[in-house]
This record gives sequence, C-alpha cells and structure tokens, in this order.
Amino acid sequence: MNALNSFLFVAFPYVAVMVFIVGVAYRYRQKGFTVSSLSSQFLEGKQLFWGTIPFHFGVLVVFVGHLTAFLLPRATLAWNSIPLRLIVLEVTAFIFGLSMLIGLVALMYRRFSNARIRAVTTPMDVVLELLLLAQVVLGCWIALGFRWGSSWFAADLTPYLWSLVRLSPETAAVFALPWVIKLHIVGAFALILIVPFSRLVHFVVAPLNYIVRPYQQVMWNWDRKTIRDPNTPWSEARPRNN
Amino acid sequence: MDVRSQISMVFHLDKCIGCHTCSIACKNIWTDRKGAEYMWWNNVETKPGTGYPGKWENQDIYQGGWQKNGKGIELKGAGKPKSLTNIFHNPNMPVIDDYYEPFTYKYLDLIESPPGDDQPTARPISMITGEPMDIKMGPNWDDDLSGSPDYARNDPNLANLTPAEREAMFQLERMAFFYLPRICNHCLNPACVASCPSGAIYKRGEDGIVLINQSVCRGWRMCVTACPYKKTYYNWSTGKSEKCILCFPRIESGQAPACMHSCVGRIRYLGVMLYDADGIEAVASADDADVVDRQMDMILDPFDPEVIASAKANGLADSTIAAAQASPAYKFVKVWDLALPLHPEYRTLPMLFYVPPLLPVVASVTEVDNEEQAKKMNPVGKVWPDSWLYDTTTKELFGTIDDARFPLKYMANLFSAGDTTQVSDRLKKLMAVRLHRRQITVGDLAESTVKEALADTGLTPQTADDIYYLTSLAKFDDRFVIPAAHREQAIEMMEFTGDVRGSTGFGFENDTAKRGA
Ligand code: SF4
Ligand code: SF4
Repeated sequence: MNALNSFLFVAFPYVAVMVFIVGVAYRYRQKGFTVSSLSSQFLEGKQLFWGTIPFHFGVLVVFVGHLTAFLLPRATLAWNSIPLRLIVLEVTAFIFGLSMLIGLVALMYRRFSNARIRAVTTPMDVVLELLLLAQVVLGCWIALGFRWGSSWFAADLTPYLWSLVRLSPETAAVFALPWVIKLHIVGAFALILIVPFSRLVHFVVAPLNYIVRPYQQVMWNWDRKTIRDPNTPWSEARPRNN
Repeated sequence: MDVRSQISMVFHLDKCIGCHTCSIACKNIWTDRKGAEYMWWNNVETKPGTGYPGKWENQDIYQGGWQKNGKGIELKGAGKPKSLTNIFHNPNMPVIDDYYEPFTYKYLDLIESPPGDDQPTARPISMITGEPMDIKMGPNWDDDLSGSPDYARNDPNLANLTPAEREAMFQLERMAFFYLPRICNHCLNPACVASCPSGAIYKRGEDGIVLINQSVCRGWRMCVTACPYKKTYYNWSTGKSEKCILCFPRIESGQAPACMHSCVGRIRYLGVMLYDADGIEAVASADDADVVDRQMDMILDPFDPEVIASAKANGLADSTIAAAQASPAYKFVKVWDLALPLHPEYRTLPMLFYVPPLLPVVASVTEVDNEEQAKKMNPVGKVWPDSWLYDTTTKELFGTIDDARFPLKYMANLFSAGDTTQVSDRLKKLMAVRLHRRQITVGDLAESTVKEALADTGLTPQTADDIYYLTSLAKFDDRFVIPAAHREQAIEMMEFTGDVRGSTGFGFENDTAKRGA
C-alpha cells in the first residue's frame, strides 16, 4: 500500500510535470503545425454553444480557484474564517463545477451523436473527455461530501504540493486522505501528463499577446533601411518586423 | 512618406466568360486536400447572385470587415474585446453549410457491383463523414441563374434598389448578368490580420501578400469572421485557417499565379503598385463617399523623383521600381482611372481592382421585325417566335448609360460604396474607347461623335489606342509584369545555403496535425 501511495503521490507527479514541460516545449517549438484548438465549430455550431460555453467558463473559474488555494493558502484561509464568505466561495465554486459538468456532458453527447463530429474524433479525444468527466464528477462529489474543500486544500494539500516543489515530499497528510480525494489528485496529474499528447495543449497558447500587439502586422525578410546601403547590404542585421 | 510595394491584380470584367478555369487551376494546385475540399481560394460568381458562401456580402449576417466608430474604425464582428470573449464560441462564424458540404461519388460501385438487373449507380457521399448524402449546394450553384428567385433576387447588393429597378433587371427578356472572379484582395488594412489573436497572419513587406503562418495559427477562427470577402477558410481537418497565397512560390520564381496563368479570357493583369503606407489608417477611416478617391490617392506615381527617392530609402529594389513603372495594374487603376476596388465600404483597402463591365449595362433589347430573317431559317428555327434583338450597336448608347439595363446603382453598390458617378465615369471611358475603335475599324460613326466622346472623357486618341491595346491585344508579358522576388536572394545572402538544404520545396517540414493529438 505504501509503495503504491509513494508511487502515486511522489513519483507520478514528478513524471507528469516533467513530461508536461518537456513535451509542451518540444511540441511548441518543433511541431507548431500540430498546436491548435482543433475547433469543430465549423462543422456544427449550435449544439456546441451549449457545451463549450458552460464548460470553458466553468474550467476557468475552477482552475483559478485551485490555483489561488495553491498560491495564496493564507489568504484563502483568512477569507474562509468568516462563515458567510466561506459559503459564498464554496457555492460559487460548486456552481461553476456543475457548469463544467453540464457542458462536458453536452459536448460528449454532441461528439457521439453528430456524424460530422464523429468524423473528426480521435481515440485521444475520447480518453481526454472520459478523464475530464471522471475528474469533474469526483470534484463535485468532494465539494458536497468532504466540506469545506477550499479550507482543507489550503491547509493540507498546499503544503504537500509545495513540498513537491521544494523536492522534499511530505506525504503523511495525503496518504491519510479518503480515496475519493486521492483519485482526484491522481486524475489532476494524469491530466497534466497528457497535455502534450492531446488537444489540451491549446490552453498553453492562450492568445494573451493579442491584447497588447498592434492590429496590423507587416513583416520584412530583410532590414529595409539598410539593404540598399552599400556598406551593409545583406548584413548580419535581422529585420525589425512591424 | 513610407513607400511600399504591392503586387496587385486587375480583372477586366467585360472579358470574363465565366468558365471557372481559374478556380480549377487553383484547386488543383492548392486545395485538393482533406479539410480543404470545400475551399475555393479563387471562385467565380454570377452577378446578380448570392455568391459563395451564400450572401457573403450581407455583413448583417457575417459581421465581416471594419465599421466606422466615431473618428476611427473598429472590426465589426471581431477585434480585441470580441475575439477574446468569443474565443470559446464565435457567434459570427459561418459553418460549413453556408458554403456547401463537400461530396464525391462512389465511383467504384460502377465497376465492382455484381451482375444484376439494374445499372449500378455512383451515389454521392460526403467527403466529411463518408456517408451517402443528398447534394443541396455547390460552390457555384447560382451560375448563370440571374433572375432566379433563390439566387439573383437574394443578392445583397439589391438592397437599396427600388422594386421597379429590380423588376426591370429580372424581366425574362431583359435579363442580364456578368461574372465576378474573386480571390483574396491582399488588402492594405486587412481585417483578417487585425482579428487574429495568435498573430499568425501577416502582410509581407516586399510584395504585400497576406499569409497565414500555419505553425502559429491555433484555430481561433476569428479571421473567418473578420474577412468581409470570406476569403479565409477554416480547414476542419488540420484545425488551421488557410487562404489565397497569391501563388507566392510561383511569383517568387517569376511565374504568374495559377488563376492568372490559366485565365481563358485573359482578363487578368498583374503588376506592382507603389503606395504610401502612412495614410492607411486615415484612408480606412474616411467617409463612405471619399473612401475610393482617397484609396486611389494613396497609390503613388512611380515616375515621380520624390517617390523614387523615398522608395529607395525604404529599401525597394531598382527592379521593383522599374516594374512599378511598367505595371499594367498601375495603368488601369491610376493612369487611365478605369478600375475600382470591390466593396470599398468594408474598409480593408482591397488591392485587387475591377474594370466594371460595360456590356450588361449598355446593351439593350429592342423589338424588331424578324420576319424576313425567320424565313431564311430552317423549320426548327422558325418556331422560335423571337422578335427581340440583343442590341450592342453603339450609336446612341453613349447618352443612355444612365438608363441602362443594369441600374448603375447596382454596379455602384459593388464597386464604389454606392457612388454612381465613379462607375459611370469609368463606363463612359470604356464606351469612348469603343466608339473610337469602331470609327477606325468599321467607320460607320461620324467623326464628330467620336471626338465628342473622347473629349467628354478626357481621353486622347493615343490613350484610347493604348487602352484598346492593353485590353484586347496585350501579350502575356504586357499583362504580367513583376520584379524578381529578391526574397530568395535575401535568404541566400543572410544564411549559409548549406544550412537550409532539404528544408525548402514541396512537402511538410513537420508532421501534419493529427486530430486530438
Ligand atoms: S481579402 Fe480578406 S483574407 Fe484577403 S487580405 Fe483582405 S481581409 Fe484578409
Ligand atoms: S479563367 Fe478567366 S475568363 Fe474564365 S472564369 Fe476565370 S477569370 Fe473568367
């Protein structure tokens, strides 16, 4: 039992994160052509709306929630010290979790019932959706059955995660958790693991740069200010694009 | 002055015969692939008609292009706030049914069916699902269907015509149409570039070709919405967007784009134009009434020493400047003022130009007594009780351009943001050239009529002959004038060519995307 626990909560997280970093960097740099959101809105747009919108906004909020408890555990606990605030936080998180669940089910229904979408479905899509479904169901279950998640995450899990970051794993607290929560943790690392091998990679390339860049982009293959200068033509100077 | 060069095409619409050779040439080279079957980077539409994708000109549906917003402009259906908030689901995106579901036939059934009582048939099957399907739509299904209720009468350009004007266009005896070949306009203020959240789309500085970097595109599909001409397409298989590349590999090696090279009617002209990039934003935000004129003003005179000096300072090669001076596009667009951009009111400053068609406008049908003629015909011909003559004689037509078969308003909606004088000015010139040549070759017109026509339009007999030459007699080398690309030299000079051996040419450098992976 202990060996299994050590594998799942010490070895596996390290493997998952390493594969994530190396895999994403490799795919981004060497195989840019394969990095895409692989949207299927072009083949079916109406049903998609009822799946993708609740799912993605659910993911955004739930993800930010987990991240906050990980990065700012003290603030989270302080916020939760007043019961009303705790309830507000938990209810909000749960609603967005449910929204994720509803969206995901709608997306899966669409994927299997629409012939065009089936035509662009790969086995990895199915694996990913099943994994996500398990993860969301477990998450909602935990939120209902093991209260209050935001508090014990910040108190128990955050130290464990940070101990992983510091390369000196402290696992006693995790080993003692109920199996539902354990599964949820393993599922989370499994998701991280498959990012470089699945369409999930699109979240890494979220186009935030768009906010700051100018609308128009013009590119030169040479530095046009120096190319006609007899002293510098075809020099080492790289073009300054835009 | 920020002088840049643009490779620009002119379409002489009077010469287009609607044969779709251009579309097929393009398809064979570039889009005969999975996920791209439905794409027609070059397509030819019958006007009036709804086009491809259906009613693409109706921006209330497709939300493409720029719109005025106070003093400046903003993207209508995309742009920074909208592209980011609509990234999970883009409400303004066309779906495949707006184009058509690509299909093929089960030809093998014709060969492999077992012997039986019935002829085997090749059923149509979808190229997406592989399932049998009923074909409902194709890329040119409004071909030659002017007057039809489904297509011609739904043309968005008819919006501000009076019911009487519309009826006049569609009476069976008076019906007329013309063809409109379309490719990406390689705009100066491209909406596709501006809408791309990943920054994958860019305009090449040297020649103005607008391209999508396939390794940077992430399939956010905002360009499909933003391009008002619907000339970026989403590849449903690779999850990347694609568009007309103006055959840049051909241009770089000195060949004409495939659509132009194959054009049966020889309607296309390709050449360099110099323009002042400083003015782009101001011109794109001009009032509807001014936008055509101001775009024309941006195009610079390649003989002006000042322009040449700034062009050189900006790194333009001598060969580019020389090409701009010999450019057929520059002649049609600027010197002779004969061509207009398509839908300038979308404010992308399109850099492809159209010489508006004269024939559907001026030719008329008159009732004539055909009895004598009918007697000479064989019996089959005689039962055709036709007393209508499609009259293209030119004597009186010069005065009647305004009450022509095709309301000028319709042409103006297409080519000049509704300004009919822009169109009629150009049509009058074309007419004057015709009168001038008719006087020379047929000689049945009074010299004074011709003189008056030329004077009216400000043409000299010499210019009229030049226009006639480039329109009717021009050889390939007159119609296609581009400089050496210099791009290939740039790569050779900046890098050791040995380093890039095996990395250029046909084929994918990387694996193609796998769905889901
Ligand atoms: S026509 Fe459309 S795709 Fe082409 S440059 Fe203009 S906006 Fe972009
Ligand atoms: S090949 Fe030329 S003539 Fe034929 S449809 Fe295309 S543009 Fe028109």
